[in-house]
Amino acid sequence: MKLDHYPAGDYYDELLTPRRRARPGFGRLVKTIRRMSYEDLAQRRHDAELAISTMGITFSLSGKQGNIDRDWPYDIIPRVILKEEWQRIEQGLAQRLTALNLFITDIYNERKIIKDKRFPVHLIETSENFRKECMGMKPALGVWAHICGSDLIRGRDGTVYVLEDNLRVPSGVSYMLENRRLTKLAFPELFEGYSVMHLSNYTIQLFDVLSSISPRPMEYPEIVVLTPGIYNSAYFEHSSLARQMGAELVEGSDLMVGGDDCVYMKTIDGPARVDVIYRRIDDMFLDPEAFRKDSLLGAPGLLRAWRKGNVGLANAPGAGVADDKAVYTYVPEMIRYYLGEEPLLPNVPSYRCEDKKQREHVLANLARLVVKPVNASGGYGIFIGAQASRRQRDAMARMIRAASRNYIAQPIVELSTAPTLREQRIEPRHVDLRPFILQGNRCYVTPGGLTRVALRRGSLVVNSSQGGGSKDTWVVANKGGK
Amino acid sequence: MLSRTAERLYWFGRYVERAEATARLINVNASLSLDLPQAPDRIWANLIGITGSSKAFRRKHGKADEGSVMRFMLGDEFNPASLAHSVRMARENARVSREIMPLASWTTINELHLYVRNNANQGMKRDRRHQYLNTVIMFCSQITGLLFSGMSHGNAYSFVRSGRNLERADMSSRVIDMGYLDLQTRADEDSEALDDLLWSSVLHSLSSYQIYRQHVKERVNGEDVVNFLLKYEDLPRSVLHCLGEIRARFARLPENRLPLQSLERAREQVESADVVSLMEDNKLRGFIDETQKALIALHGEVERAWFAPE
Repeated sequence: MKLDHYPAGDYYDELLTPRRRARPGFGRLVKTIRRMSYEDLAQRRHDAELAISTMGITFSLSGKQGNIDRDWPYDIIPRVILKEEWQRIEQGLAQRLTALNLFITDIYNERKIIKDKRFPVHLIETSENFRKECMGMKPALGVWAHICGSDLIRGRDGTVYVLEDNLRVPSGVSYMLENRRLTKLAFPELFEGYSVMHLSNYTIQLFDVLSSISPRPMEYPEIVVLTPGIYNSAYFEHSSLARQMGAELVEGSDLMVGGDDCVYMKTIDGPARVDVIYRRIDDMFLDPEAFRKDSLLGAPGLLRAWRKGNVGLANAPGAGVADDKAVYTYVPEMIRYYLGEEPLLPNVPSYRCEDKKQREHVLANLARLVVKPVNASGGYGIFIGAQASRRQRDAMARMIRAASRNYIAQPIVELSTAPTLREQRIEPRHVDLRPFILQGNRCYVTPGGLTRVALRRGSLVVNSSQGGGSKDTWVVANKGGK
Repeated sequence: MLSRTAERLYWFGRYVERAEATARLINVNASLSLDLPQAPDRIWANLIGITGSSKAFRRKHGKADEGSVMRFMLGDEFNPASLAHSVRMARENARVSREIMPLASWTTINELHLYVRNNANQGMKRDRRHQYLNTVIMFCSQITGLLFSGMSHGNAYSFVRSGRNLERADMSSRVIDMGYLDLQTRADEDSEALDDLLWSSVLHSLSSYQIYRQHVKERVNGEDVVNFLLKYEDLPRSVLHCLGEIRARFARLPENRLPLQSLERAREQVESADVVSLMEDNKLRGFIDETQKALIALHGEVERAWFAPE
């Protein structure tokens, strides 16, 4: 495939320099792709797509006619990162999650960071994700967010920023695993000459982290994955993680809390004690006794059992208090405060709309900024000033004035691109990266993560719920591929 | 294991078996309709009767002919006896229990689902139908084999297998009805030749013809075929064989007292049947109804014991 017309200079490209040469270390990979015909590449894509449908790798979208199962969108050209760069990112992510967990513990206990005036109390008082029911709790190992998915983006100058941290129920990790499997299957010769860090032990690491918070010291704690059920968009992932960990996949109705405040699941042998719940449902639906009364997804009494220390919950209820985008703007400050270190990974520069001065700046520059609701995920509710009409901008300004706490604004980061196979040719498409960070008795970062791709030309929206695709992500340990 | 998972696996076993049995049943009836060109519509109507969906069929289509019956039995997702429905339900049940079964069997059920959906028009064409249905049967056998050799033979497998055998016993008892095909032209026909054909078809529907010929020295005749299909323990699709399989599986499961009792009642009922006099007194169909009721009762006990515990 010729890359002569590939516009590599418009943005930072992950694989090619502005002069369309391979970035250091990836000469061999680029050469392989250049040597292949479009038909040959399209055949690989076809093989991968066939595997996706027979293996049932799907995600669901909710639409007007109920939920639709879609085949997982995958691009066969991997996104690559050199290990030297990755190690710095990895340390930055571990540093971040450590500080976030210290912050959550502090917020639900002494609140030193507030007393020391390094963090404003009203951000907690007004946070939708703050759970007063968690006050005074000290979960095992001091960890609230055991599984974190942080979104990274790279700007035009090559700097990698953290865009957000997902501390509630981050998803995507199983697709990261499937993408690697698909590349191995459809494009094995691409691996030749490269030493790509493997991902195969993620579920072992996850199992270890979950085991480490079991309230009963035993060799094989009973670990379950709690899913909202088949109609959830990430059901494939819940099932796949349960299978690979050998854990039971349960729904709320399979669980009950006994008179002893322990959690049991209903089995063919009668009730069986559950030690750790990897829950994939939101706080508010977890326990109708404590949170939303109308929830059918959770089990009454779960919070009680957790507070008594009779069951481990991952992630812990209330962990989301640190995944509010207004709180996000304070993460570099948290790292300095709790760890006495400088952050290794920068935040995207952000304006807090609730601060009068910053708000005025945002309102005066709406056309050049991205405005985000502090509390949404999946790319919903994002306002892109440059693409908005005058009327839309005015409406946004009114919303910011009415509820300034609910918004932050950021300059548009021109996401880096990666070569992606489209009709008849290879074109640049914008990408981000979601690595997964585990914290229990130790910290683990996936080598790479899930690369999401905005498939529409020029689009910056990578969310799979809005037409995004994905790529296998390689962290390459050697520079052998000249 | 979770009660809910047990239930899903049990139904997975049932639906895979139902899909396979339906494919075979349609194949045999299509062949029969060529042998009896004077009354094809009766054959098709009888097929609907065997699957117990005559009422639903009449509401939808009125008169039974090849086209309407094929539409109803192959692609009609709303007909619980159709191939498409069985395959879709098998997949749905696998989807919610795939963390339990080997990955290869999940992949295969997916392939089957895609195949049935994408090639539905093949089943409507006379010249492609046989091939289409045979492929379905092959997929089902493959799934059964993958589970047999790739899945732990513990509790989870016991539920798949109990479901499959209960469905199988049910189908075998229903198919016997085929031998009673009531042709208006019967009087004019060579009655013996017609009986030969019908009872052979019954055996073919349950892939039991060859075993019958090997084990029953008598020529194919109604009494022997019915006796064989109900009671011959070595025949994988005989009612007694299926109940024996279920008994062996139940014996390994916890809290099995009531299901085992119900199973023994069904077994005794079948074992003690005097097929010759039942047929002479024209009471066989009543007896088959009783057998079906016993199987329904057995299913009820399975539900109470394992799927909906207090």
